[in-house]
Amino acid sequence: MAKFTKKKDGDLPAVSTASLPDIVFMLLFFFMTVTTMKDSSLMVENTLPNATEVKKLEKKDRVIYIFVGTPTREYQKVFGTEPKIQLNDKFANVDEVGSYILAERAKKPQELQNVLTTALKVDKNANMGLITDIKQELRKVNALKVNYTTYEGDAFNNLQ
Amino acid sequence: MPRRKGAPEVNAGSMADIAFLLLIFFLVTTTIETDAGLDRMLPPIEPPDTDVVIRQKNIFTVNINKNGQLLVEDGLMDLKDLREAAMAFLENNADGSCTFCKGKKDPSSSDNPTKAIISLKNDRETKYSTYITVQNELVGAYNDLRNREAQRLYGQDFTTMESDYLNPETPSSVKDELKDKVKRIQDMFPQKLSEAETSTN
Repeated sequence: MAKFTKKKDGDLPAVSTASLPDIVFMLLFFFMTVTTMKDSSLMVENTLPNATEVKKLEKKDRVIYIFVGTPTREYQKVFGTEPKIQLNDKFANVDEVGSYILAERAKKPQELQNVLTTALKVDKNANMGLITDIKQELRKVNALKVNYTTYEGDAFNNLQ
Repeated sequence: MPRRKGAPEVNAGSMADIAFLLLIFFLVTTTIETDAGLDRMLPPIEPPDTDVVIRQKNIFTVNINKNGQLLVEDGLMDLKDLREAAMAFLENNADGSCTFCKGKKDPSSSDNPTKAIISLKNDRETKYSTYITVQNELVGAYNDLRNREAQRLYGQDFTTMESDYLNPETPSSVKDELKDKVKRIQDMFPQKLSEAETSTN
């Protein structure tokens, strides 16, 4: 019994905190790698449709994005509820798509200018009329490679 | 027997090693989310110099109306049957020049896969989600046929071969080998999916 009482005399030794910075840095690096940077905030509803036969968009520097959808609630008072096109950070009309593509293409390095893909991120409730107009504009500026960006999933879920 | 006071201090020197081990583990296993979607080529705006005569039987017309109903070759069709119908059309092989096709050789349908064209038309009011579903089914028809041939020739799916080929992480020695295989399968069933201008009515 005497042995146990003797042990209780001393205080608990302090836990070493020397490794705390390591743990913090580890977490930091982890979150740094998994988060993707958004270069423009979405101003339109953007629920993409599902598809199964998808191909991955590799090499982000070769992609130009076009967003289409109904404006989100905060913009609906000004821009209405009809689907609109969003280029970078502002709403645009169909006839601005061509010049936007040309401007974006000019920003890219010379060797990439011929291999650019236009990613169409279109809300599933949009009508094809607007998309057809965009496609026509893309053909005018010879940006023929397009990617209809979708989620991976059963395509028949789109119909409900 | 003399005893030390309190518990001995744990050596924390190896903590950093463990932390780095975990860090490297997460670095390797997490993939940054990439976008995926259906790749399509738009037709160039200048019309071709020479008029190409295409016989009606080599064209598989798919029309989507504003309610999302399908008109396929002058008949109403359910979306679920589209893939089968497109595949039957593509490998119909009426002139018998395609040795690997398993089609019915129906003389009123396409001659061979290199001549077969799928024409997709839509209304301005068609919903985008319906359009994507139809596109998905048509691309799926091509992929199913290509997968079948790739399985027969190389024992693996065409879609995995193609994604390996396009993946920048694949070593170039593997890529060179895949290039010819992918090209060969693509030539067997060339993807001729025309998107005509929208009907305005």
